[in-house]
Amino acid sequence: MQPRSSAVLSAAAVRALCGAAAGSIAGDVRPRLARLVRFASLALFTACSGPAPGPAAAPRPSAPPAPAAPDKLLPPSAFASIEPPAARSQALFAEASRVLLHARCVNCHPPDDSPRQGDAHAFHDPPAVRGPADRGVPAMQCGSCHQDQNLPYARVPGAPDWHLAPVEMAWLGRSSAQICAQLSDPRRNGQKTLAQIQHHLAHDALVGWGWGPGHGRSAPPGSQVELGALFQAWIDTGAVCPAGEEKRP
Amino acid sequence: MKLDVNGQAREVEADPEMPLLWVLRDLLGLTGTKYGCGEALCGACTVHLDGNAVRSCVTPVRRAAGKKIVTIEGLSPRGDHPLQQAWAELGVPQCGFCQAGQIMSAAALLAASPKPTDEEIDRSLAGNLCRCGTYVRIRAAVRKAAGV
Repeated sequence: MQPRSSAVLSAAAVRALCGAAAGSIAGDVRPRLARLVRFASLALFTACSGPAPGPAAAPRPSAPPAPAAPDKLLPPSAFASIEPPAARSQALFAEASRVLLHARCVNCHPPDDSPRQGDAHAFHDPPAVRGPADRGVPAMQCGSCHQDQNLPYARVPGAPDWHLAPVEMAWLGRSSAQICAQLSDPRRNGQKTLAQIQHHLAHDALVGWGWGPGHGRSAPPGSQVELGALFQAWIDTGAVCPAGEEKRP
Repeated sequence: MKLDVNGQAREVEADPEMPLLWVLRDLLGLTGTKYGCGEALCGACTVHLDGNAVRSCVTPVRRAAGKKIVTIEGLSPRGDHPLQQAWAELGVPQCGFCQAGQIMSAAALLAASPKPTDEEIDRSLAGNLCRCGTYVRIRAAVRKAAGV
């Protein structure tokens, strides 16, 4: 409706202007001027009533998929209808970050020297510390207590090469947007490519422990395979990070 | 299963998942290493695997296969390791139950850091509890053994 109204208003304005001008013009010129005004009005009306020129067509409307159940991850296909691809990429990372922000992940990505434990991110007890190689200090190494598998009776969690993530890869207390920016930055991701990070997430045994943490510990949603698929889809859609958001635990 | 315990080759019949502590105490009769909590929370069961301190109560014996296992009995053939001497000179133990684990953790620390700071001592021995509260004497003995 907007173009047509504009055309009508424009024609009226031109007529008014022309009418005002015509009053001061000699009578033998009026018919020619009136024809000119009608022609200009028709041209303007036609131009404004036709297909909209100029800006590109608006993106297709795309509703985000319904959220998954708390213990599930949506597959990449659930995001296929989201346009443009950058928005789809952001949505894929947001879904993957439901894992990345889980206590089983962030507890071993602390911003300080103390590993955390439990869903409330309590300081590790006994008071273990990071140490120079992220594997503790003499007599209090991660491997002093943690074995290559969970211990059902002692309730000590375990997986091969139990250790902390380097401090430059700290996730605890950061948002998914901040984590995304970190792991996209080789200076803060251990000089890794996105493909190497995807491999780590999809195949590393210590990451995989999160879905089998033992002794009543909560697990992140989905599975390691599903996380790997989401992360790969994020890479394939341009690896666009989410916009800034509120800080999360 | 063949084990190297305190420099001696030993052979035991044990489930690979049996805690190393059970093998040491019940199958080999090395009772200097103590059972405290059974959950790697107190440090009383600390022994060395290839020089690294581990909690033997949660370490499956399969992990020790092919490695050099050292217990408090093997720390020094005559019991005169600098730490043991310092422990005796300063009268560190009270009830004594935790002391074998304390000394084994301290020995692992001194092997890696011969002149540790107080902070290093506290960090490395943070997992060894002493219900008698001998921590001040423990730290002093570690410093004495290190010559600092």
